Amino acid sequence: MDLEGKDVISMRDFDKETILHVLNKAREIESCPDPALLMGKIMAALFYEPSTRTRLSFEAAIKRLGGGVIGFSDPDTSSTAKGESLADSIRIVEGYADVIVLRHPLEGASRLAADVAIIPVINAGDGANQHPTQTFLDLYTIQKEKGRLEDLRIGFLGDLKYGRTVHSLATALKHFAVELCFISPPLLRMPEYVLHELDEAKISYREETSLEDAVRHLDILYCTRIQKERFGSAIDHEKVRGVYRVSKQTLVSAHEELRIMHPLPRVDELDPGVDESKHALYFEQARNGIPVRQALLAMIMGKI
Amino acid sequence: MTVNKQLEVSAIRSGTVIDHIATEHTFHVANILKLEQEPATVLVAMNLDSKRLGKKGLIKVENRTLTQEMVNKIALISPKATLNIIEDYVLVRKIRVELPDKIEGILKCFNPNCITNASTGGIQPKTIFYAESKHPVHLRCHHCEKAMTGSDIGLL
Repeated sequence: MDLEGKDVISMRDFDKETILHVLNKAREIESCPDPALLMGKIMAALFYEPSTRTRLSFEAAIKRLGGGVIGFSDPDTSSTAKGESLADSIRIVEGYADVIVLRHPLEGASRLAADVAIIPVINAGDGANQHPTQTFLDLYTIQKEKGRLEDLRIGFLGDLKYGRTVHSLATALKHFAVELCFISPPLLRMPEYVLHELDEAKISYREETSLEDAVRHLDILYCTRIQKERFGSAIDHEKVRGVYRVSKQTLVSAHEELRIMHPLPRVDELDPGVDESKHALYFEQARNGIPVRQALLAMIMGKI
Repeated sequence: MTVNKQLEVSAIRSGTVIDHIATEHTFHVANILKLEQEPATVLVAMNLDSKRLGKKGLIKVENRTLTQEMVNKIALISPKATLNIIEDYVLVRKIRVELPDKIEGILKCFNPNCITNASTGGIQPKTIFYAESKHPVHLRCHHCEKAMTGSDIGLL
């Protein structure tokens, strides 16, 4: 339960009790923010892969609590370009900061960094593997909107094969009594290892290819972008590009209380016409990144 | 048979005999146990007749008692192997290998995008796997968290 000095690498490392504890702390920090809570603390943001919202959200989170930021968002400007190993970069940076936030294109990079570093490491996305702070903010958003994490029917749409946000969220939801629906083209279906974990946790799920059929039964629809950068072949990407598009029209049969989430950025899978509807929850979801990341930063630095 | 028996078990005065190695993996086993660094006499044999395996490999290490922990490293490639501890020509203990809970530096992660398959700054991280199930073998990569079973499992 006490996260002081701990790393945040994968949702696998968190049990149900700890997840709920983090969400409670996020709620407390959002309702009563302390602008000096992390005064004098420095966060090293090492982004080896492009990111806008995750990086800015982390930076805003610590700055609003009085802390500072060092780091880079382009590895070509760091010592990596000179051939420095990730482990060496981590050992150097930990001498300058109190916490490391790492995004890296290779899966397992954050675990490696955490094994090397003495200070805590937060995984801000490692390849197609995990993105735990996104998952915490997704859970926080669902709980805040629906008042619960149990007894919900949650659909995942789009790139379920490469989308780390859906892998992380599905892994975390196995702690809660939910029904899951995976909507994707066959080429991008949820990986077997995730389905196996859900089977072991006795979570009920089904796989669909039609959005229109699935949407009428859902409380939450979690959309994802089909990520061109994760495809090995341009032909495969072309086969599935634009296969789903959530619009007012596709939502005609949806439950009134259906809420749509999206980790953003979107390309063409989510029509801007949905933005003004009562279904849209994605901008609120992005804003929720601040209290959630503030809670995690403050907890691992032993301040709350 | 008598000649074979003597050759397999009794020919060393003291030490360790690893028996019932899958014959095609005999040299892998020697490599995993780093027997090339062993100062004592090491005998390696393969394609020996075996009732259980048809053909088998066998390794003898003189004057050295290998521990169960050391030999467990070979469980993935030779699950039927046995460890025989010999003292004064007498077989004093016979142990079956058992897949360890944590396997370090032997296996390759099948995920090409795993950090252990990349060399950053000329350093390739050591692989670590956890055995989530031993029968059937179900391993999870410490780094990228991908699960490996059956033919996905390969040696470095």
